[in-house]
Amino acid sequence: MLEETEKATYTIPVGPIHPALKEPVRLALTIDGEEIVDVDVFVGQVHRGIEWLGMNRNNPVQTIYLAERVCGICNICHPLAFVMAVEHAAGITPPPRAEYIRTIAAEMERIHSHLLWAGVAAHEIGFDTIFYLAWRVREEIMDLIEYLTGNRVTKGVVQIGGVRRDITEEQFPRIRKSLDYYKGLFDQLRKVFLDDRTIRMRTKHVGVLSKEDALKLLAVGPTARASGVTKDIRQDQPYAAYADLDVQAMTPDMLTGTVVGDTYDRIIVRLLEVKQSIAIIEQCLESMPPGPILAQPKMPVLLKTLANAEGEGIGRVEAPRGEVVHYVRLEAGRETLANWRIRAPTYVNLMCVPTMLKGGQIADVPIAFASIDPCQSCANRMVVTDRALGTRSIMDYEEMHRISVQRTEEL
Amino acid sequence: MELLSPTGVIDSFKAALSDSLLYARLYECEVAVKKNAFRTIWLHVERDAFREAVEHVCELQEYPHLAIISCSDLGQAVELTYHFTIYYGRRFAELSLGLRVDLPKTDLKVPTITDLIPGALFAEREIQEMIGVEVTGIPDSRRLFLPDDFPDGVYPWRTDETGPPADMLRVLPGRQQKQC
Repeated sequence: MLEETEKATYTIPVGPIHPALKEPVRLALTIDGEEIVDVDVFVGQVHRGIEWLGMNRNNPVQTIYLAERVCGICNICHPLAFVMAVEHAAGITPPPRAEYIRTIAAEMERIHSHLLWAGVAAHEIGFDTIFYLAWRVREEIMDLIEYLTGNRVTKGVVQIGGVRRDITEEQFPRIRKSLDYYKGLFDQLRKVFLDDRTIRMRTKHVGVLSKEDALKLLAVGPTARASGVTKDIRQDQPYAAYADLDVQAMTPDMLTGTVVGDTYDRIIVRLLEVKQSIAIIEQCLESMPPGPILAQPKMPVLLKTLANAEGEGIGRVEAPRGEVVHYVRLEAGRETLANWRIRAPTYVNLMCVPTMLKGGQIADVPIAFASIDPCQSCANRMVVTDRALGTRSIMDYEEMHRISVQRTEEL
Repeated sequence: MELLSPTGVIDSFKAALSDSLLYARLYECEVAVKKNAFRTIWLHVERDAFREAVEHVCELQEYPHLAIISCSDLGQAVELTYHFTIYYGRRFAELSLGLRVDLPKTDLKVPTITDLIPGALFAEREIQEMIGVEVTGIPDSRRLFLPDDFPDGVYPWRTDETGPPADMLRVLPGRQQKQC
């Protein structure tokens, strides 16, 4: 019996470099024919020890810029969670106007991240027309981000006790113009992603994660919500302006009436969230309170307060991929951070990958794995180890991509 | 399931753990214009009562969420803080719960909680390799982030002699190393 299993299964390492992902991760797939029977995840290829680096910065304000560089996409969420943790530890309350500006920045980030993901997902199944379309419409929000913050990527707007840049009345029409652009586009996007026969066939019942597994394996963000878990920090434990607004966790049954927990449901959740983000930004613009944008504009005073502060704090932000959690401890008389700990959403979502991939097919790996929107990285090649013959051959990403495209064509 | 108020949660821990609860603190702050509250509960328990405390968390919430385990090297002891969230899925109801336990360096062992929360595996594998705490009963004790050829007995987050040796650290020119 055992001998038979030995002959029948192969182990295929995917990664650590894979274009489906933005950073390296390695998957070891044990396959029986085309079916995946077991999956193991190996991480750590890009472990930078960033928490240690942050604790060695001269002061917490310098660490904000490092927190921004934890991730190229979530560069509002990470510094925001970090400054919230510092504010809770030091007892600083940011002014309300700053909370609204933070919310607008965070929601703009969600729109651009979800559109980026939509493009990547389309590319994974070989539907490059949609990839170009999604990234083309994403440019509008990138232009808006640049207009409001001065940068497309690392925005540098979040500061301990507030924000560094105001959003003025004169800028509102430009913001509304972009929001209207996306509102006009929503029906088209919905038609393209949800009604297309090819996308439905490639994503329905692929990478299914049940609600119970999502809860047990601590899934977060759209991955959890697509499985029917109504978990969203913006709703559950609101921070910033979300505490004033009406935010509801988006689940796929709002559109379709059922929850399957597959890749298709994850597309629905992300689409609904883009719509929700537009509504949140509009609400923020309508009810933005006047006032200062920083609790303590004088930098030396702020640094002195932080050096004398004693305490611990936790900052939780709903990033496009799920919860970002930062833990900070400050000690009196010490300018640097005494402790800093980051939990990115992919850390927990990765644990759901084996469950999602098991029972699926190799050609579905790129889209199913990409459906959690892993923020960890890219596979250029994979090594196929034939356990029965003891040979090693290299299957590059183009080959794997070709199989995936071929499957779409067959359908 | 009936939801307890934040002070009710603390009281329930006091009742469940009695003297083993070393301190309990509720942090509260107001957010934005409507001044809604943002709450965090910090608990510190004796190591012998740690499992009992986690079991109590599971009683308060079916499938509690474990965000991360943070660690500090305190010199004579290693501090672990398990960051849970309970009562999620409801507007304004969610609570963050930091459960702290100190382990003396002479006996760095903590029981696994993967039987209660299967998703805690990554966090437990990480504390094993990073700060050298042995998680007893862990179903998968392989390394998580560190490479296979990383030397045994070196723990990156420790500040004592088992921390990374000087030749492993690179301090940028013009900067001084501040800690570790």
